Amino acid sequence: MREKRAVKTESKLEKILAAGHFAVTSECGPPRGSDPEVITHKGNLIKDYVDVVNITDNQTSMTRMCSLAACIRLKQLGVEPVLQMVTRDRNRIALQSDILGAASFDITNILCLSGDHQSFGDCPNGQNVHDLDSMQLIQTVRYMRDEGKFLGGDDIKRPPNMFVGAAANPFADPFEIRVPRLAKKIAAGVEFIQTQCIYNLDKFELWMQQVRDRGLHEKVYILGGLTPFKNAGMAKYIKNRVPGMDVPDDVVKRMSDTPKEKQAEEGIKICVESIERLKQIEGVHGFHIMAIEWEEKVPEIVKQAGLWPRPEVN
Amino acid sequence: MIVGKQKPLEEIWDMVCSHKNLLVFGCNTCVAVCHEGGNKEAESLASLLRMKAQQLGVDMTITHSGIERQCEHEFFESVHDQIENADAVLSTACGIGVQFIAEKFDKTIVYPGLNTTFLGAVESLGTMTEKCQACGNCVLGVTAGICPIARCAKRVLNGPCGGSTKGSCEINKELDCAWQLIINRLEALGQMDSYETLAPIKDWSSDRAGGPRKQIREDLQV
Repeated sequence: MREKRAVKTESKLEKILAAGHFAVTSECGPPRGSDPEVITHKGNLIKDYVDVVNITDNQTSMTRMCSLAACIRLKQLGVEPVLQMVTRDRNRIALQSDILGAASFDITNILCLSGDHQSFGDCPNGQNVHDLDSMQLIQTVRYMRDEGKFLGGDDIKRPPNMFVGAAANPFADPFEIRVPRLAKKIAAGVEFIQTQCIYNLDKFELWMQQVRDRGLHEKVYILGGLTPFKNAGMAKYIKNRVPGMDVPDDVVKRMSDTPKEKQAEEGIKICVESIERLKQIEGVHGFHIMAIEWEEKVPEIVKQAGLWPRPEVN
Repeated sequence: MIVGKQKPLEEIWDMVCSHKNLLVFGCNTCVAVCHEGGNKEAESLASLLRMKAQQLGVDMTITHSGIERQCEHEFFESVHDQIENADAVLSTACGIGVQFIAEKFDKTIVYPGLNTTFLGAVESLGTMTEKCQACGNCVLGVTAGICPIARCAKRVLNGPCGGSTKGSCEINKELDCAWQLIINRLEALGQMDSYETLAPIKDWSSDRAGGPRKQIREDLQV
C-alpha cells in the first residue's frame, strides 16, 4: 500500500487513489445517434468492475452524442463518469460553460485533451477552434475550481469541484521531451494522468524511470493505459496506422502466431500480463482499460488481473 | 509574402463568360513571385480565356494589363481608364487586390482569378510554405523562431500533441511537426530549459477573432 495523500475533491477516483489503492478506469464511446440505451448498456456491463468510466468526446473526430449528455446518463446509473473534453471544438466560453453544466450534475472528474485533428473524422471540411490547448484547459479548470473564478475574472457561484486529469503518451516523438512535457502538465495543475495504450513495456519502464528521477510520480497519479487486441489484424492496424502508438514486433507476432479462434483470448492474456508487470513499477497508480467496442471483456480482465472486487470509499 | 493559386479555368470561365469586355488584370508583386498572378500570368490567362471563348463561339473581348501592386492607390493612376472602360475585371491579385479594386471602382464588376492561400515563404522554386497567420501578437521570441500557430495543425502553444510521429504531423507524414522543429532548434540553441515554461492562455483579440483590423500611423497622416 502506498502512502496516503490529501483529497481535494469529491471525486471517487481521487479518493481511491489517495487511499493508496490501484484505481481501475475504463471508457465508453458514445453512440453515433441519440439512443441512450447504448451508454446505459455499456455502463451496466462494467460498472461493478471499474471505479469510474471515461466518456470520450467525439473521438477520432467522428460526430457522436456529446460527452456531457452521456456522462449524465452514466451518473444516473450510479456510475461515476470522467468527462473527456477536447479543445478542438469549443472556445473558452463554451469550455467554461460545459464545465459548469457538468458541475451542476456533480460530475467530479474531467480529462483535458486537445483532440484528434478533424481531418480524421466525418467533418474534414470543418473548422477547428483550439482557442486553448490541453495544458491551458487544465489551468482553466484548476482556476475555476481553486480560485472560484471565470477566466474573465468574475466570481463563480458554486464553482466546479473536479479532479483534473490529462493524457500522456510516453511513446510519441520526440521521446526526450515526453517527461518534460509531463512536468509541464503537472505545473499546469494536472492531478491524474491516463497514458496512451502501453504495448512496449520496456519503453514505458524507461519513461517511468525518468518520471521517478524527477519525483513526478509523487506529484501526480499515473494510470497506465491498456487496450486488448481482439485479433492480429487489430494489432497490425494499431502498429501501422494509429499515430503515436508503439506496438513491438514480438507482440504483433505473438498475436499472428495464435490460431484465429484463440486470438481474442490471447489479446486478453497479453493485457492481463501487462497489468501484472505494470503493478510492479513504482509510480503506477492504476490502470485505464480501453476495450474499444469490447466493453464486455472488461470484467474478465479486471478479475484475471486480481483487481476485483473494487474498493469502497466514502 | 502573400501566396495565391490560380482558380481552375472552368470556375473562372463560369464567372466571366457573360461579359462582353473583360480585362484580366495582374499584380506584379507577391503573386508574381509564386508565378500565379503576376502580369505575365495575367497575359497567359487572358490567352487561355480567348481560346475558350473561341472554342465555345462566345463573342467577347478579352484584354490584359497589370500593375506592380493592386493594394496601393498610386499604382492605379496609369490604368484608371482601362478599368473603367471594362465591363468586368478579372484580378489575379490576392483577395486584398480584388477588394481594393471593388472599393475604388464602384461601377466595375471585379472577380478573383486566384484563391489566396496563405502568408508564406519560397522554400525553393515553385514551393511555397505557410509561415504566419498574422495573429497580431507574435510568439516567435519564445518558440525558437518557428510559429506553432501557423505551422501546427492544432496551433497548440504547449506542444507537441500526442500525434507527433518521427518528426511528422499526425495529419500528414509529409508535414513537419512544428513542435519537433521548435524542440530541435531549442536544443541547437542550448535553450531546452525554456521548453518547460508554460505558454499562457493567448489573447486572440489581436487576431481575426477581434474583428477586422486597422492600423494607423498618426505621424504619416496627411
